[in-house]
Amino acid sequence: MANAFVTKGLTRTYGEGRSAVHALRGVDLELPEGEIVVLLGPSGCGKSTLLNILGGLDRPTTGSVHFHDEELTSLSDRALTRFRRDHVGFVFQFYNLMPSLTARENVELVTEIADNPMDPDEALALVGLKGRSDHFPSQLSGGEQQRVAIARAVAKQPEVLFCDEPTGALDSATGRAVLEVLAEVNARLGATVLMVTHAANIAGMAHRVIRMADGQVRDVTVNETRLSPAEVHW
Amino acid sequence: MSVLDRKLLRDLVRIKGQVAAIVLVIAVGVMLQVMMSGLVASLSETRRAYYERNRLADVFAPVTRAPETVLARLAAIPGVALLDGHVTGGALIDLPGEAVPIQARAISLPDRGEPVFNIVYRIAGRLPEPGARDEALLLAGFADAHGIVPGDRIAVTLNGARRKLLVTGLAESPELLFVAAPGEMVPDPARYGAVWMPRAALAAAYDMQGAFNEALIALGRGASQDAVIDAVDRVLAPWGGTGAYGRHDLVSDRFVTEEIDGLATMSRAVPPLFLAVAGFLLYIVVNRMVQAEREEIGLLKAFGYTGHEVGAHYFKMVLAVALMGAALGCVLGILAGRAMVPLYTTFYNFPFLVFRPDPAAFGIGVTASVLAASAGGVFVLRRVFRLTPAEAMRPPTPPDFSRTLNFSGVAARAFDQPTRMVIRGVARAPWRALALSAGIAGGMALSSGMTTIYGSFDRMMALAFTVIDRSDATVFFVQPLGMTAAHDLARMEGVIAVEPFREVPAVLRHGLRTHRGSVSGMIAAPEMARAIDADLAPIDLPERGIVLGEALAGILDIRPGDMLQVEVREGRQPVLEVPVIRVARSLIGAPAYMRMDALNRALAEPGRISGVRMRVDSDRAEAIYDDLKNRPAVAAVSVAETARASLQKLMDQGAGSARYIMGAVAFIITFGVVYNAARIGMNERARDLASLRVMGFSRGEAGFVLLGELAVITLVALPVGSLAGWGLSFAIARGFSSELYQIPTEFDPFSHGFAAAFVLGAALVSGLLVKRDLDRIDLIAVLKTRD
Repeated sequence: MANAFVTKGLTRTYGEGRSAVHALRGVDLELPEGEIVVLLGPSGCGKSTLLNILGGLDRPTTGSVHFHDEELTSLSDRALTRFRRDHVGFVFQFYNLMPSLTARENVELVTEIADNPMDPDEALALVGLKGRSDHFPSQLSGGEQQRVAIARAVAKQPEVLFCDEPTGALDSATGRAVLEVLAEVNARLGATVLMVTHAANIAGMAHRVIRMADGQVRDVTVNETRLSPAEVHW
Repeated sequence: MSVLDRKLLRDLVRIKGQVAAIVLVIAVGVMLQVMMSGLVASLSETRRAYYERNRLADVFAPVTRAPETVLARLAAIPGVALLDGHVTGGALIDLPGEAVPIQARAISLPDRGEPVFNIVYRIAGRLPEPGARDEALLLAGFADAHGIVPGDRIAVTLNGARRKLLVTGLAESPELLFVAAPGEMVPDPARYGAVWMPRAALAAAYDMQGAFNEALIALGRGASQDAVIDAVDRVLAPWGGTGAYGRHDLVSDRFVTEEIDGLATMSRAVPPLFLAVAGFLLYIVVNRMVQAEREEIGLLKAFGYTGHEVGAHYFKMVLAVALMGAALGCVLGILAGRAMVPLYTTFYNFPFLVFRPDPAAFGIGVTASVLAASAGGVFVLRRVFRLTPAEAMRPPTPPDFSRTLNFSGVAARAFDQPTRMVIRGVARAPWRALALSAGIAGGMALSSGMTTIYGSFDRMMALAFTVIDRSDATVFFVQPLGMTAAHDLARMEGVIAVEPFREVPAVLRHGLRTHRGSVSGMIAAPEMARAIDADLAPIDLPERGIVLGEALAGILDIRPGDMLQVEVREGRQPVLEVPVIRVARSLIGAPAYMRMDALNRALAEPGRISGVRMRVDSDRAEAIYDDLKNRPAVAAVSVAETARASLQKLMDQGAGSARYIMGAVAFIITFGVVYNAARIGMNERARDLASLRVMGFSRGEAGFVLLGELAVITLVALPVGSLAGWGLSFAIARGFSSELYQIPTEFDPFSHGFAAAFVLGAALVSGLLVKRDLDRIDLIAVLKTRD
């Protein structure tokens, strides 16, 4: 299978001199298309930094990132925005919904600017929120808000879905429902899902698990048998 | 320093841009207050000190010719503390470069020692030798205007005799702070001179040996000025007394007083309006800032800080901003006041002027800003007390938008999602949006009001010189002449038309109110100088009765239909009882109009005229003025163009000059308000905007969501502010109007358009400044943190 992302010698340093923080210290990775990839590691190991660089939100200090045949590190700000707009969906720990838009309008926010979006209602149905599409975020529970965020991320039919601690602010039952949606999206749309978490049990549902520590990749394991989200406990 | 105080300092540094904008807005408001009231206090105090030091007389009693023995009888009047009789008279100074001879006054200096009254303040040169016949001190302002220095000789006509006088020195006098030629409404140092000569020389010139023609009087403590004036008039009547008058009727003092009073009115009326807008802005910003700090407040409470401690913390922050603004404003006010002092010293001819800030102004400025801050603070406290610590621990609840607008049908197709965000943002908290809109409207009102005033000054000039008086020049005769004098002038080559007039000095009385001025007698249907009504239509002067200018009607508190007592101070000095027929629109001075024939009948001097107004062929003007200069019957020629320039100078350098500073302050405040409105939007929406950027919205698209709300509230503010500005311009115009000139007000589309363009420009610049921050926003950091 073709690779969605290939990184070579990726480093990221914040600050200079003695106060410099080395968030990434040389990361070489190949991420095949269509997989669920879980990035595991303790706080400060560099996993969010890696996610941000792959997602076009940050740039590496040295090294290169290829998305298919395109080198992300050489893109202008404008082109990076274009990259995010056309290829990438984001799901955040704190959902980041627009409070002034209803669930459907939050999804439409993305479908209005995407090239090949799905129907917003279809996206909401995918996450099981068809009946609540006219509700504002303030009228939804945390899990529902996160599902709207996922619907918003997948509605543009992205090639890659980035999820930074998507279950971090949720209880386990709600979290499991969210994971089910992510697995469904991966299976039905074939989108690559890259999920950052420090909940090790989630790794069971991934195709591939990357463990990080001190800004480096410690090991990459490929799960022969995957758990269904319903079997995940944390 | 406690940890909370350190947090406070760092918070202030963090939001330094916004703090700077608020501090600036408050500072300029306070500055205006401190500067204006400081100038008023300084001018009043300087005038008082100068009058006292140089012993300006309390009462002036002109008389045709009274022997010195009469002085003893005047001295015996109860209430007269000090007395002197001197010689003074009209003179003409003929300067080579001037088309017309310039009117002047000659005043006697005592042969020995200092004058008892009106001590001259010598700036340069020496006093004339006591016995010298051809030496004089010259009024400094006049000398400066014409480039005359001590040692020069000038041609002066005294009582019909022309002399070459040596200018021995330059001087100023408290009775001549402001000079205006008789018949001229506007003071101008270039247009009226004064020479001081030894008593003996002047007495010889005016045939006053052993006599005096003006008595100067200082009143004793508690003496009644009116009683003394009555008694003096009785004593001097047989010697041709034309009526004693108090200091406040002295032309110079009246001008100075009008100017200081004008400044005082403005300093009371205008800066508070500016402060109010500044205070309102502070209130809005503080209110919104604390709303954004909701979680921090919960967190502090969770740590065990009491509601009072947390409340005090935020209150301190607000107070710090208010006090910084007030302190900066006080400093700027003093600096601006100091910078204005030299201008006013020159303009008012004070030999010295010390800027002394009015302590009350500091108090008012600081109190106003602290009060406004406290009003915002009350909301701070209410919120702080209501918040529970748990709120900080819970995941952020999105603000509730469920009760705003739903878009369906056409609306759903018409508005894309970013537009809906903007519309719902306004609709969700209309009062908050309205408060911001009101702030911007306040700025718009100040700006459009001040711009209207600029236009009004120009309009006043245009009306005064093209509608009310359309003549090119006014010729004053030495004494009233028959109509043939007018016909003579009309026959001069290049004179297009002449219009005779009669102008007599008079004291106008209505009840307890009096005004010392003059009555203008005009021909039946005048073409050049006219009384006009509010619609600029000429008023037909009735056979009987008098028409008063608005300013004069105000001074006398008189309405059409009331009877006015006119005590003429010329000729046989009749006292007339005339009904006020109408009130005319007046722009310069405080005129009173009557039919010339009626006035002459009352004076029993039929067919007499004081001068003529004329229209001349501009190509021949120089020659005509030259010719007039050589006619002995002509006392003075006032050229409209020169008078216009003098008026412009008065408005630009006197109290009217405050309009420029006020205009600048209005625009600074407006910008501050708009910038803060933009800033608030950015602070409250940073997270949403970062999310949009992450989702692939371009900077421009995210900027639209940020600035859309600013655009909406700005557009709402424009008409409201314009309306308020229109009302405000009336108040400001009243502040600027005095007896010297009156500022007309009407809706001026250009001014409002200009102010609106400024507000939009300010919104654009603020938007760009804030958008720069949006461009630099740290996407990752904003997404990681909760609101």
